[in-house]
Amino acid sequence: MLTKRIIPCLDVKDNRVVKGVNFLNLRDAGDPVELGARYSDEGADELVFLDITATIRSRKTIVELVEKVAENVFIPFTVGGGIQTVEQIDELLRSGAEKVSVNTAAVANPDLLAEAAQRFGNQCIVLAIDARRSKIRPGKWHVCIKAGSEPTDIDVVEWAVRGEELGAGEILLTSMDADGTKAGYDNELNKAVTDAVNIPVIASGGAGTLEHLYDAIVDGGADAVLMASITHFENYTIKQIKEYLRDRGIPMNL
Amino acid sequence: MIVVIDYNVGNVKSVCNAFKHIGCEAKLSREAGVIENATGIVLPGVAAFGYAISALGPLAELIKSLALGGKPLLGICVGYQMLFESSSEYGRHKGLGLVGGNVGSIPPGRVIPHMGWNLVELPKDMDLFAGLGNEKHFYFAHSFCAEVEDAGAKIAYADYGFELAASVQKANIYGTQFHPEKSGKTGLKVLHNFADICKKQNGEKTPK
Repeated sequence: MLTKRIIPCLDVKDNRVVKGVNFLNLRDAGDPVELGARYSDEGADELVFLDITATIRSRKTIVELVEKVAENVFIPFTVGGGIQTVEQIDELLRSGAEKVSVNTAAVANPDLLAEAAQRFGNQCIVLAIDARRSKIRPGKWHVCIKAGSEPTDIDVVEWAVRGEELGAGEILLTSMDADGTKAGYDNELNKAVTDAVNIPVIASGGAGTLEHLYDAIVDGGADAVLMASITHFENYTIKQIKEYLRDRGIPMNL
Repeated sequence: MIVVIDYNVGNVKSVCNAFKHIGCEAKLSREAGVIENATGIVLPGVAAFGYAISALGPLAELIKSLALGGKPLLGICVGYQMLFESSSEYGRHKGLGLVGGNVGSIPPGRVIPHMGWNLVELPKDMDLFAGLGNEKHFYFAHSFCAEVEDAGAKIAYADYGFELAASVQKANIYGTQFHPEKSGKTGLKVLHNFADICKKQNGEKTPK
């Protein structure tokens, strides 16, 4: 049996880890390589690095960062942010990332998922979805692109199902409404997506307490939980998180 | 020095990074002379079986003869699968045949690829797992698995709804389906144990 995974997320801007609230008001959280190595050492199951600048200028920087991270991190890690082509995916995988996540480019060109999955295997293609609760359609969410700045009218659950069909091996599902609030994951959203797809879903956005993580796994059906604020600012250690979940009956790699 | 076989597949660098991190000398190479002089050989690999074995080319025979001559060999993931006689991944492919058994699909009825951290039971007599206790979690990412048919091989199993052969040891030949280079501290300890095995083997061979 596979364990449920605890995944710290490092949002990287100008070579620093930052963390905001609802994708805004960024606060500095340290050096990405140092923080990554610390999490690897502390027993995190995986890491996610998101380049939130994702400009053309930052592309070279992120490849260099991935190389440095790979020298210091001995757990699997995913890289995302601004990835547009199969060639960029190839470069990041060769630099040492296990997986890449795509968001905006997959919405603009869904074939990217299929092409990348066929070339590299679906285990290394993560579909990242930024979801915003719909104000007009109750119980529905729409997909946002370009780091959350641009709403689309694509339904999140339908997009997740389509992503799986196209070849995504995993879904990184972020609730923009919950992100950085520390008020808990959007488990209605998590449940809607985990019920609809067969691939693993990583719940993201809103972790504030250990109970929130438990709820995302049990109520939301998540295979993995992503967090930033509660581990970056050392409210909880990875060990504390895992012991808590294990004691509540969740299979953990401890 | 340990030599990590450099052929055109993923993750070769991660393995070198991991050895470097634990203070073991490891060199990436595809030169016969360098491989012959290695204290031990690591055959990594993230690729389809057929692609990996053809990318290995003439190195396959060299690695096989050195392993049969007693040089410690560690196969990882597809490198592990290549230790066996054959694989049915996208056609029929011959492996190195160093360990009896064949590679086939993970039985249906579960999520494939098998990806994530799975508990492995560690037999006391497997040198790779010295000092790690009875069981530990390791990181897996694969869709095919080996069915070991070799009375001379020791096997460590993982439970993925069936008995998955996670690691084998046959004399000086070692293999792990999981990725020790991506399995945190536990994985680094496995690599450290392999480095110790190489040192010991080499020390015994060097006349005083």
